[in-house]
Amino acid sequence: MTELQLRARVAQRGLDVEFSVAAGEVLAVIGPNGAGKSTTIAVIAGLLRADDAVVRVGNRTLTDTSRGVCVPVHDRRIGVLMQDPLLFPHLTAIANVMFAARRHADRSGARLRARRWLAEVGADDLADRTPGALSGGQAQLVALARALAAEPEVLLLDEPLAGLDVAGATAARSVLRRVLTADSRTALLITHDLIDVLTLADRVLVLEEGKVVEVGRVSEVLTAPRSDFGARIAGVNLVRGRMTGPGTLRDAAGVNWHGTPAEDSASLHECVAVFAPAGVAVYRDQPHGSPRNSVRVRIAGLEINGGVVRVRAAAQSDGAVGLSADVTPESVAEMRLQVGDEVWFTVKTQAVGIHSAARSDVGLR
Amino acid sequence: MRPIRAPGGSLPRWVYLPAALGAIFVALPLVGIIAKVDWSRFIPLVMSPASRAALLLSLQTATVSTLLCLVLGVPLALVLARHRGRLARVVRPLILLPLVLPPVVGGLALLYVFGRLGLLGHYLEAAGLRIAFTTAAVVLAQTFVSLPFLVIALEGTARTAGSRYDEVAATLGARPSTVWWRVTLPLLAPGLLAGTVLAFARALGEFGATLTFAGSRQGVTRTLPLEIYLQREGDPEAAVALSVLLIGIAAVVVVGLGGRRIAGWGAG
Repeated sequence: MTELQLRARVAQRGLDVEFSVAAGEVLAVIGPNGAGKSTTIAVIAGLLRADDAVVRVGNRTLTDTSRGVCVPVHDRRIGVLMQDPLLFPHLTAIANVMFAARRHADRSGARLRARRWLAEVGADDLADRTPGALSGGQAQLVALARALAAEPEVLLLDEPLAGLDVAGATAARSVLRRVLTADSRTALLITHDLIDVLTLADRVLVLEEGKVVEVGRVSEVLTAPRSDFGARIAGVNLVRGRMTGPGTLRDAAGVNWHGTPAEDSASLHECVAVFAPAGVAVYRDQPHGSPRNSVRVRIAGLEINGGVVRVRAAAQSDGAVGLSADVTPESVAEMRLQVGDEVWFTVKTQAVGIHSAARSDVGLR
Repeated sequence: MRPIRAPGGSLPRWVYLPAALGAIFVALPLVGIIAKVDWSRFIPLVMSPASRAALLLSLQTATVSTLLCLVLGVPLALVLARHRGRLARVVRPLILLPLVLPPVVGGLALLYVFGRLGLLGHYLEAAGLRIAFTTAAVVLAQTFVSLPFLVIALEGTARTAGSRYDEVAATLGARPSTVWWRVTLPLLAPGLLAGTVLAFARALGEFGATLTFAGSRQGVTRTLPLEIYLQREGDPEAAVALSVLLIGIAAVVVVGLGGRRIAGWGAG
């Protein structure tokens, strides 16, 4: 497996990205709908012409618009697995896999390879079924076997588990994990599912409105996200602001947030404060006493979430996602909290981490 | 399982009256002509040398022109279905023109292209090739009127099918030609069958363009419809018998091979 490098600009779709995936690495790409995730994959696979792009896999240049290079799709050796398995409906499962294996072998050799790949994904008993007789999960496994049989150097996975029920997704996810790690494959994984990011990816990239807003190791992004979408998928609160003193951040509304500064935040002005909803308490009146941060918010939603009630506040003054607090059902009942109420969210200083707003490893490495 | 619904659903009741009239209007002439057949003389009538020659010529030319329609029409339909550019927008109505053109006019137009003094015929004549008033002219006339039927049926199927399977096939390393034979065409099979049947049926019934461009020489250009028209004057009974034969062949082809496909054509 080999390294993937990408720089792409597609004006029509508002996409302008630059990143790389190291050899043997799985990079998860997350972001809201319309952020340009699928467009990115289409550019890498050669299915979409970018206005300005460089796609390199190892030492092969697949696309370089400035030099007029554009390797045709069938010569790129980029595997694509989409939400729709798109098995050829007129061919059986094994014939589908053989279609991809034919490139590297004659007919009998292709059949052997196809059997091996079907066994690899645990679908060898489905070989003679037609796509119509397969469940969604089974079809996706066969599609994975087919993509692998073409022996791609890079795998592009565009929400491969999104269309499956929970059982099918779980089974397919473990196969995907085995296949990705066993052969240390280079892969790009588009997903909306935190479980996919946690179980399959080494690094995660957040795409918002066609731009890379955050790239980092999964654990880093999930504990200290720098982007709104990263915070949303990690389930933590994120407040943007400027550093005004050691461990102090002032947000757009002028509220000061005190917290524990991370090492990388010291010298930077643009910062984010990150804290978990579980650390946020809700009060009717402004509390006093021990060192805390307090902010007045309007309740926009109340949701039962496990044994707790998540209190969602209206959007922040800079337009970012509203803050959340997890409180017990008893305290919600006691305070008679309603959507539209004005309350105080408070969080202890120790529960707030302050980080620089940009990660150092965004971009081509 | 389908939800249980009253047949017809929410259609207003009066709609059934014009619908029934329409069905009767189409079916009645068929009943009329079949009722007119003198069945005791049917076999001798359709087996006369002139009839046999016409039938054979019709089957041969319709088959060749259907093949020609496939060779030219399938690529044309796919190009039109996949391209949204200005050229496709100009070409599409042009291709469909023979659908609305009176066949006689089509025949005249062909004559001015392939006739001795025509646009191309001029050069063909110089090269020693004569097309007008030969069996080749019959095939060209039939192809001219049938091609749009095939293109229109196939373009619809191709448009619905989209190109996603082709793209996946390409990412699996298949060259464009491999994709064409092993993915694109097999997936178009229903539309291909419907289009072929329509084209064959249209070619079989072709009259006006053939008469104008190919004439009516027994065994050379006189196809079954021309023979029927000719017999109508001298031997109406033979004309009726041949008409029923033509209806029979068309029915076998359309109902037997592609009736259901054509019925489902509009839906998908």
